[in-house]
Amino acid sequence: MKQKDIFIAFFRSGMLGFGGGPSAIPLVHREVVLTFKWMNDEEFSDVLALANALPGPINTKMAGYIGWRVGGFWGMMNALFATAIPTVVLMILFLTLLAAHKDKPWVAGMSKAVLPVAGVMLGVLAWDFVVKSKKSLGWLWAILLVLVSVLALEFLNIHPGILIAVLLITAFVLGSKKKEKQVKGGQS
Amino acid sequence: MIYWQIFLAFFIPGILGYGGGPSSIPLIENEVVDRYGWLTVHEFSEMLALGNALPGPIATKMAGYIGFQQAGVLGAAVALFATVAPSMIMMITLLSILLKYKHSPQVRKMTQLVRPAIAVLLGIMTVSFFVNSISVEGAGYIHTIIIGVASLFLLEKWKIHPAYVIAGALVYGAIFL
Repeated sequence: MKQKDIFIAFFRSGMLGFGGGPSAIPLVHREVVLTFKWMNDEEFSDVLALANALPGPINTKMAGYIGWRVGGFWGMMNALFATAIPTVVLMILFLTLLAAHKDKPWVAGMSKAVLPVAGVMLGVLAWDFVVKSKKSLGWLWAILLVLVSVLALEFLNIHPGILIAVLLITAFVLGSKKKEKQVKGGQS
Repeated sequence: MIYWQIFLAFFIPGILGYGGGPSSIPLIENEVVDRYGWLTVHEFSEMLALGNALPGPIATKMAGYIGFQQAGVLGAAVALFATVAPSMIMMITLLSILLKYKHSPQVRKMTQLVRPAIAVLLGIMTVSFFVNSISVEGAGYIHTIIIGVASLFLLEKWKIHPAYVIAGALVYGAIFL
């Protein structure tokens, strides 16, 4: 019953993971490595590194790839379905219900009250990204890149996609140079 | 062509969002609020808050809901496909190349350099959420401060689960607003 196992593994890790895909990675790990033993720790961290090298939501990449390895094309479809669809259905039901009753004053109140909470969550996430940037780049570069981004997005009105594409290309070029240096430098 | 627009609106954040679903939130906002005007800032923030109160990956929840709202079940399917398929296809077809590069300095640098930009995008969104919240259509200054400070402490200091904090805010809103 491989397909059933795939479904259970990704349904569980999807339904129990709050706070977006990345926070559900430990749950996926538990299902894939401990419960169903499809991979060992090393293989799992390999897949994680692989998924991180590509853009897009991390959880569906992991689910799709692991499903594919375990059960072929249908394993992939199954894993993707189990990860995404149940929570999408919940979301549609929940929000449609809210929208249907939004002229009632107490429902309108609910929708207003939830806004500052979303603001705080987003602010915390933004700060998280700043702290991580500081850790990997140091304050100087982190602040410089933040300022460049503010300038580009707010004052020059550049599409965020273009800004990110430019940053990605710069990173690729810088990374390649570093690699050359390391090769020339020998042991390091 | 609404389906083509839906595809583009989620394809672009999907291929530019480095570092998982949450980093594509501001990119999705840019498409669905600023470019296509499918949702207002207020509606988007409501969706995000309720999406955070539910389990599962955030990017697919938003894609599925917005797609459904714009063009029904087929719209949801297109949005989900655009979110998931490109990176999925890359992952499977480029496997051998990726295996070689997975720990390469290029890849590490890419995630590192994009982070500050994502931080700024998230920061801009945060500001617009609060500006919206203190306006007439929102909760107003006093309630915004009360809810904002309370949820900051609950989420960050006391580590209360987001689902409970959102539920609490909903109850507060139903009674006081």
